[in-house]
Amino acid sequence: MTEHVLRVEGLARRRRVNHLMESLAWLAAVIAIAILAIVVWSVARKGWSELNLDLLTKSPIPFSLTNAPQGLSNAFAGTLVIVGVATLMALPVGILVAVYLNEFAPPSIRTGVGLVLDVLAGVPAIVVGIFVFVLLVAGSGQSGLKGAFALAILMLPFVARTTIEVLALVPNALREASLGLGIPQWRTTLSIVLPRAAGGILTGTVLAVARVAGETAPLLFTSSLVGNQTSWNPAHALQTIPVAIFELSESPDPKDHARAWAAGFILLLFILCASLTARWLATRNARKIAGR
Amino acid sequence: MSAADISAEPVRRPFTGRRVRFGDLLLQALAGGAALGATVLVGLIVWKLIDGAHPALSKYGLGFVTRIAWNPVVGHELYGAGSFLFGTVITSFFALLVATPLAIGVALFLSELAPRVVQAPVTALVETLAAVPSVLVGLWGILVLGPALRTHIEPWLHSGLGWIPLFGTPSAAGASVFTAIIVLAIMILPIVSSISRELFLGVPSELKEGALALGTTRWEMVRGVVLPYSRGGIAAALILGLGRAMGEAIAVTQVIGGGVFIHWNLFGTGDTLGSKIAASYQGASTNLQSASLIYLGLILLVLSLAANIVAQWIVRRVSRQHGVTRGGHA
Repeated sequence: MTEHVLRVEGLARRRRVNHLMESLAWLAAVIAIAILAIVVWSVARKGWSELNLDLLTKSPIPFSLTNAPQGLSNAFAGTLVIVGVATLMALPVGILVAVYLNEFAPPSIRTGVGLVLDVLAGVPAIVVGIFVFVLLVAGSGQSGLKGAFALAILMLPFVARTTIEVLALVPNALREASLGLGIPQWRTTLSIVLPRAAGGILTGTVLAVARVAGETAPLLFTSSLVGNQTSWNPAHALQTIPVAIFELSESPDPKDHARAWAAGFILLLFILCASLTARWLATRNARKIAGR
Repeated sequence: MSAADISAEPVRRPFTGRRVRFGDLLLQALAGGAALGATVLVGLIVWKLIDGAHPALSKYGLGFVTRIAWNPVVGHELYGAGSFLFGTVITSFFALLVATPLAIGVALFLSELAPRVVQAPVTALVETLAAVPSVLVGLWGILVLGPALRTHIEPWLHSGLGWIPLFGTPSAAGASVFTAIIVLAIMILPIVSSISRELFLGVPSELKEGALALGTTRWEMVRGVVLPYSRGGIAAALILGLGRAMGEAIAVTQVIGGGVFIHWNLFGTGDTLGSKIAASYQGASTNLQSASLIYLGLILLVLSLAANIVAQWIVRRVSRQHGVTRGGHA
């Protein structure tokens, strides 16, 4: 065999390897999307057929032996209250942290607190639940407020991070123009920088809400031992959709599974719509904020 | 009107140079206080967990970490984290093993192969997978995936590869460590793939084009340029994924089945640190038991903080080496 032929054979083999590897990468992408499709399809198919108005309006009946219609109205009310309160807690603090890091802090503190935010974001949700349990629940009992506090801890680094990114997009020329006109820094921040960034902050908040609305772990130890009555009072322990699904999924009764699928379908629909809208808004906002 | 307003202003403010304004001080104090609060919060989490675990910490010391026991019967109480730690390591290691090639493949597809039209939608779809709440992945895991694995995949693997201890007799209950591994792999796949994709897109195109100009195939270019260039970042992404897998409690609790023992059979049941804690949410019978549960949480916190800090450290080192500032990812 001549040198020339050898090299051509090598090329053929190299092409084959290349082809194989490219096919494997395609396959990986197909598998990833197939997994998403299968999970969403399972939830949608099983949830859709169980969907009815009773789910939203009727309370659950424990140990029910009859076929009386029951729902999860307590869980829907509780999720609205707890996620709402958590957002009210996390949003102002998160924005303030971002304002401090982006507008006031010297670089060394900025990296330091940035690292703290990353560490906070890395604390497992179940550990946050235990922390709030030790700090607030042990001895005095569970409540919706304490659950909301646990969710707010998960939201805080997320809101702060996205706000920092949005503030960084606001052109410095705007700040300089405002300061140059003699407007104090606090007015510049509140009336010029933050309004410009408002769209982006809203997007980040929607994403954060979508993320914590599905969280179960922080609520298990802070707001899970509940009755079946629908309550809007955050001073009491409130049922939530994720905790309800968690409990129903462990039940042996197929009727409970049906309700879990239906509630899961509504939760998933909400989360997917929220995150897709936010993603769409984010690309539009980034351009607008930077003034391009 | 406005012209009159301006002319009506009789006194000119004297220029005083740097003035300390009350508003500036207030906003800075508020914002700085919030940042300080976030920092204190991290310390408070560590302190409160140590505080809550104190009865178990002082009774068992560090021996707790490796002891295989969980006996809540009053009078014979004995607790240890050994089996749960083992379960955590096994499930997250194998989940990473399953997810890594898939995630790297997806990232390579998105950064090097995908036609422009499918790039954005596929990226969005893969990241949507990360938005599915863990309790729903768990619900799907226990009612759909678990039964499917038990009736089809597990017996098949057992009959073919049963001589490997990992593929032992499938458990009669629907739950298994194997289901937990697949569920965890699904949950960390989008994290690892989206970070890897950004890393691959950050590889300087002159390096890639240089390799291609030398006559390499696309795969040889990936192996010779893209992968070595992003090696450090991939390591960080994998460690972040590992941290996420170790910390996941809900979905694992739903599918893993429970039990206090160490075995290598992936088709048997088991428990992890997170799943043991989550499964005990309806209350502990004694103080020592709840302190022991908090001790489990403390171990979990230490593990995930260590993973997080190592990953951050690698990211910072790599970005300094490459001389690029790390862009955030939304």
